Amino acid sequence: MPFRTRIRSIIRTRKSAGRSIAAENRALVEHIDRRRLLRGVVSLGTLTMLTGCDVSENDFVQQGLRAVSSWNDGAQATIFRPNHLAPMFDVSQVVKPPRFNAYYDIEDVKPVDGATWKLQLNGLIDDKRPWTQAMLDQLPQQELIIRHICVEGWDYIGQWSGVNLRGFFRRIGADLKAKYVNFICADNYTESLDMATALHPQTILATKYANETITDPFGYPLRLRTSTKLGYKNAKWIMAIEVTNQFTETFWSKQGFNWYAGI
Amino acid sequence: MHWINALAIFIMIGSGWKIYNDDVLFGWLHFPDSVVIGKWAQYGLQWHFFGMWIFVVNGLCYLTYGVATGRFWQKLLPVWPSEVLATVGDALRFRLSHDDLTHYNAVQKALYLGIMLVGVLIVITGLSLWKPVQFSELADLFGSFQTIRLIHFLCMAAIVAFLLVHISLALLVPKSLAAMVAGGPVVGGNPSDADAASEIEATP
Repeated sequence: MPFRTRIRSIIRTRKSAGRSIAAENRALVEHIDRRRLLRGVVSLGTLTMLTGCDVSENDFVQQGLRAVSSWNDGAQATIFRPNHLAPMFDVSQVVKPPRFNAYYDIEDVKPVDGATWKLQLNGLIDDKRPWTQAMLDQLPQQELIIRHICVEGWDYIGQWSGVNLRGFFRRIGADLKAKYVNFICADNYTESLDMATALHPQTILATKYANETITDPFGYPLRLRTSTKLGYKNAKWIMAIEVTNQFTETFWSKQGFNWYAGI
Repeated sequence: MHWINALAIFIMIGSGWKIYNDDVLFGWLHFPDSVVIGKWAQYGLQWHFFGMWIFVVNGLCYLTYGVATGRFWQKLLPVWPSEVLATVGDALRFRLSHDDLTHYNAVQKALYLGIMLVGVLIVITGLSLWKPVQFSELADLFGSFQTIRLIHFLCMAAIVAFLLVHISLALLVPKSLAAMVAGGPVVGGNPSDADAASEIEATP
């Protein structure tokens, strides 16, 4: 096959290294020197130790890595399938209680008073009247038995129910062509979703876990559950929702975690 | 391609160990901070999701090149279990032939083919971990999320084991490194014929 032999590497020397290598190293290969092997392994170890000094924090490197992370946001949005449903599980697989995780310890959870709590609505929404718990309970309820995946690597099956976010947005006249949905939480946590994810059929404002009202420390009275994002995108103790075209960095994205965080 | 791959694998393993440390699969195994890439979890993740593009794009180029030029068939196939056993036997009796560096023995063939398959598997399980919902059809092939993590981890372990042997042997024969940088020996034919200097790239 002529095309095969004409391909020539641009980095290959024209003059061949030849077979002399085999001859010259025969003795070496045939008599493996333990001391030499040991030295090689130690050098390899030293090489890997070099990573101990972390270059990630260097401004220039961090800028580059964040640029790639933003590019990855776009790549993830491209492969996102708006109507593809995440696998659902059997009620017998549900873990009770759910697993707690936040940017602070469980003892520092500050409960929200459900009796006085009202969900505030801001931004590109026609009807911005606040919602109480009782009002949300009146709306059609949806249940999801889905896998929660944490960026750390653990996962569990949870059973969440509440109000479908797309349905809720239609009801309050949110601009469904806007780009972002921001969540402002009682614990100064902030998160945001791209609109495509907010409108996914498995994105809900959850008020119940395993058919019981959500308890603390899991985000009472209102939290987000979406089947297509990592755990940290699911804001807890939601106080306000804002629909906007303006991108704002979130609690974790400011610290270098990927913003899109799709699964 | 080899050295780009080496860099990508270095990034992927170091950052992968950092990510692993956040939620270990084995209680007895924690990678020391001195050998991981990224001081904080987010840095490890940033490196991993940067390195993956280099690894995958370079790997696809390599596989395409190997298939299109017929290199894989010429160099790596066929490989028979009986040959592999025979080569192992020869090696144990120090009777391995090294007359022709351009010719891989059966053990080399099996290992290079095997590590390529591991490379493919680590990408597939990686995609399943990164997008278990978007690529749920892929993730379903393996089972639960933790099972996929375990397979991904075992692939990494296989690559590390391969590298230990691969790099040790390369260091034992320093001239083979020189050949890898400058270009390896020519397969058959007249070495002065530049057009024939085509088949052998650096050892993968």
